[in-house]
Amino acid sequence: METVPKGEKAQDALKVRVWRGDAAGGEFREYAIPARENQTVLDVVTQIQREQEPDLAYRFACRVGMCGSCAMEVNGRARWTCRTHVKRVAAPGEALEIRPLANLPVIRDLATDMAPFFDKWARAKGTFQPKDAPDGAVPAEFATVPPESKARREADAGIECIGCGVCYASCDIVAWNPDYLGPAAMNRAWTLVNDVRDGARAERLEAVSGDAGCHSCHSTQSCTERCPKNLDPSSAIAGLKRTLFWDSLWGRLR
Amino acid sequence: MSAQAGRHLWVAQRVTAMFLGVAVLVHLVTIMVAVRGGLTAAEILARTQGATLWFAFYVAFALAAGLHGAIGLRNIAMEWLGWRGRGFDLAWLGIGLLTAAFGVRAAWGLYAN
Amino acid sequence: MRTDMRGRSHPTYIAFILHRVSGLLLALFLPLHFWALGQAIQGEAALEGFLRWADAPLFKAAEWGLVVLLALHLAGGLRVMALEFLGWRARQKDMVAVSAGLAFAAGVLFLLNVG
Repeated sequence: METVPKGEKAQDALKVRVWRGDAAGGEFREYAIPARENQTVLDVVTQIQREQEPDLAYRFACRVGMCGSCAMEVNGRARWTCRTHVKRVAAPGEALEIRPLANLPVIRDLATDMAPFFDKWARAKGTFQPKDAPDGAVPAEFATVPPESKARREADAGIECIGCGVCYASCDIVAWNPDYLGPAAMNRAWTLVNDVRDGARAERLEAVSGDAGCHSCHSTQSCTERCPKNLDPSSAIAGLKRTLFWDSLWGRLR
Repeated sequence: MSAQAGRHLWVAQRVTAMFLGVAVLVHLVTIMVAVRGGLTAAEILARTQGATLWFAFYVAFALAAGLHGAIGLRNIAMEWLGWRGRGFDLAWLGIGLLTAAFGVRAAWGLYAN
Repeated sequence: MRTDMRGRSHPTYIAFILHRVSGLLLALFLPLHFWALGQAIQGEAALEGFLRWADAPLFKAAEWGLVVLLALHLAGGLRVMALEFLGWRARQKDMVAVSAGLAFAAGVLFLLNVG
């Protein structure tokens, strides 16, 4: 299919295979756009939509790696497309292959339904439960959390998650067990387990245990490998297992 | 299976793993020593006959290995074949115990013959 | 099951696959091993007969495979438990390398001894 715009030489074209379809199924379609020295994968998708396929569905917002909405699978790996330069993922002359995130229902084209992903954050009790204000009110006193304490540092290590779903889409356990909570939800749970102000430790640990939780993680570390923020959900899940082990040994669980 | 039961299986998997880690090393070293200059029945039986410590070791080894293997097979079957549920769990428990029983029978042979 | 390996080629993923496949093979072999030994160990003569039968080169090769599988599975287990119980996050790739080395060493040692 020849879609190179007039005036562009063939060798200046970037070949792009984009998955088009919906929940019922779909297929790759090929496009060609001008290759530029500096272009991100999100630029490529935007160019295709603006110049060739106005009905191409995809999602983005901030374009600077903060909002976590533009993740897609690029040449076999889930990535944040706004901060991924084409030359980092495709050698000169190599085609780009862009498809929606795995492990999530497709709405249309490159847009997936993120609801199951965030539902699992809720199932993993990913909301802060203030210890001294169970009704959700603002506590009267500020809590003192020493920045150098072990718990604070553990929480810090996982707190910068932007909820892009890259880890979830990269996790084989999610693919094999649709009930599995996945890396992001358990990373969130681990930050809260280490939050000394939180009062829901036992319930949260209960929520993340068992076959659908941390005990099914096999430490393939695909999540850690792919996280665009360089977080380490795999270690967070290991932390949950370790905490559950010692807490149950000392009878600190229900 | 409840979340708690899943957690207990994980604990069983790790506790047996810790024991097996040591036991496998003992087993491998014994093999390395035993195969030096050929393996003979008299040699093996001289080491194991009436040796209560070796018998206890092999019984614990067989039990741990049987359980550890069955829990692992359960994980693989759930994830790669979609075999989930109470029926499968009971089947894996049975397979684990049967395997261990075969091991205990072999250990008894080494001890009592 | 997806088989696209482009996102599944990092060392810890390969370590997982090796750990799982070696574990699967060992778990399938284990009942056979126990049962055969139980059959063979019915007195010294029977055991001796079994051992001489087991001297066949094919059997020796299979035994070598088992020793390597066992070492591989053990080393892979050490990687997982180091992460789970000790929280060794930075050293995971080194652990993978150590695991491979351990399995290799066990294989060579067995070959040297059996020869």
